[in-house]
Amino acid sequence: MGLFLAENDLAKSFMIKGICEFPFDFLGGKVYITTTAISSWIITIMILVFGIVVGKKFKNAKEVPTGIQNFIEMAIEALNGMGDSILGENRNRFVNYVGTLFIFILTCNLSGFMGMRAPTADYGVTFCLGVFTFAIIQFQGIKNHGFGHFTGLFQPLPVLFPINLIGEFANPISISLRLFANLLSGVIMLGLWYGMMPIFAKIAVPSVLHAYCDLFSGAIQTYVFCMLTMVYVNDKL
Amino acid sequence: MGLNISGQDFIYGCSAIGAGLALIAGIGPGVGQGIAAGYGASAVGRNPGAKSDITSTMLLGQAVAETTGLYGLVVAIILMFVKPFNS
Repeated sequence: MGLFLAENDLAKSFMIKGICEFPFDFLGGKVYITTTAISSWIITIMILVFGIVVGKKFKNAKEVPTGIQNFIEMAIEALNGMGDSILGENRNRFVNYVGTLFIFILTCNLSGFMGMRAPTADYGVTFCLGVFTFAIIQFQGIKNHGFGHFTGLFQPLPVLFPINLIGEFANPISISLRLFANLLSGVIMLGLWYGMMPIFAKIAVPSVLHAYCDLFSGAIQTYVFCMLTMVYVNDKL
Repeated sequence: MGLNISGQDFIYGCSAIGAGLALIAGIGPGVGQGIAAGYGASAVGRNPGAKSDITSTMLLGQAVAETTGLYGLVVAIILMFVKPFNS
C-alpha cells in the first residue's frame, strides 16, 4: 500500500500517489483516489468517532470534571481564549469555524506520527482552506461595510487600486502556501531519511525529526493559520 | 571535444541550477528569525513574568517571517519535481 511514507524508491517516497484510478477523464486529466484523500478520510472518521464518544460522555457531565471531560474543557477554554485575544466580543460568531479548522489542521499535521502522508502537505487541501477563509473575509466585508468594501480599495489614493486588489487576493494564497510548504518540507525530509538511511538508523533516530517537523512545526503552523484567519476577519468587522 | 547534450538535458540542468538559486531566499528568514529571537530573549531578560506572552508573540512573528523563504522552497520544488519547462 502506498499510503505510508517509507518506501524504497527514493524519488517516489514523498510524492502524492494515486491509489486507484477512476475510469473517466475530468477536463482532460485522469482522476485518482490519492493518498491525500484516503488519509483525510481516516482523519475525518477519527475526529467523528472522537466527537461522538465525547458527546456521549458530556450527556452526563459532572460539576467537578474528571478524566476526558477535564481535557476537553481545557481545550475548549484554550480555543475560546485564542478567540478572545483577537476578536474580543465577536468571538462567539467565529469560534466554531476557527475551532473546527484548528482541530482538523492539527490532526492532519500530527498524522505523520501514524505513518500517513499528512493531507495538509497537498496544496489542494490547504488552498481549499484558504479559499474558505477568503470567502468568510469577503462576506464579512460586504455585510459590514456594504458598498464601502469595494470603494475601500481606492483608499487612500485611486492609484493604489491594483496594489490593494493584489493585497486582497494574496491573503488566501499566502496563508495556504505557508501551511503547505512547512508540511511539505517536513514530509520531504522524513521521506529522504527513510529512503536513504540504512536500517539501523530508521529505528529510534527519526523520532527527533518527527518531533520537530510534525509536532513543533505542525502545531505552530496550525496556530498561525487560525490566528491569521481571525486577524483578517477582525479587519473587516 | 564537442559536448553532446540534448535541449531537454540542458533544460533539466538549468532547472537544477535555478532550484539552487531559489533557495538563496532562505537567507532573509534566517536573519529575520534570528533578530526576532534575540529581541525575544532580551525582552524575557527584562521582564521574566511575561515569558509566555513574549514566546507566543515571537513564535507567531517568526512563523510569518518564514513565509518568504518557503516561497523560495516551493519554487525550487516545482522546478525539480513538476518540471514546468518540459517540452
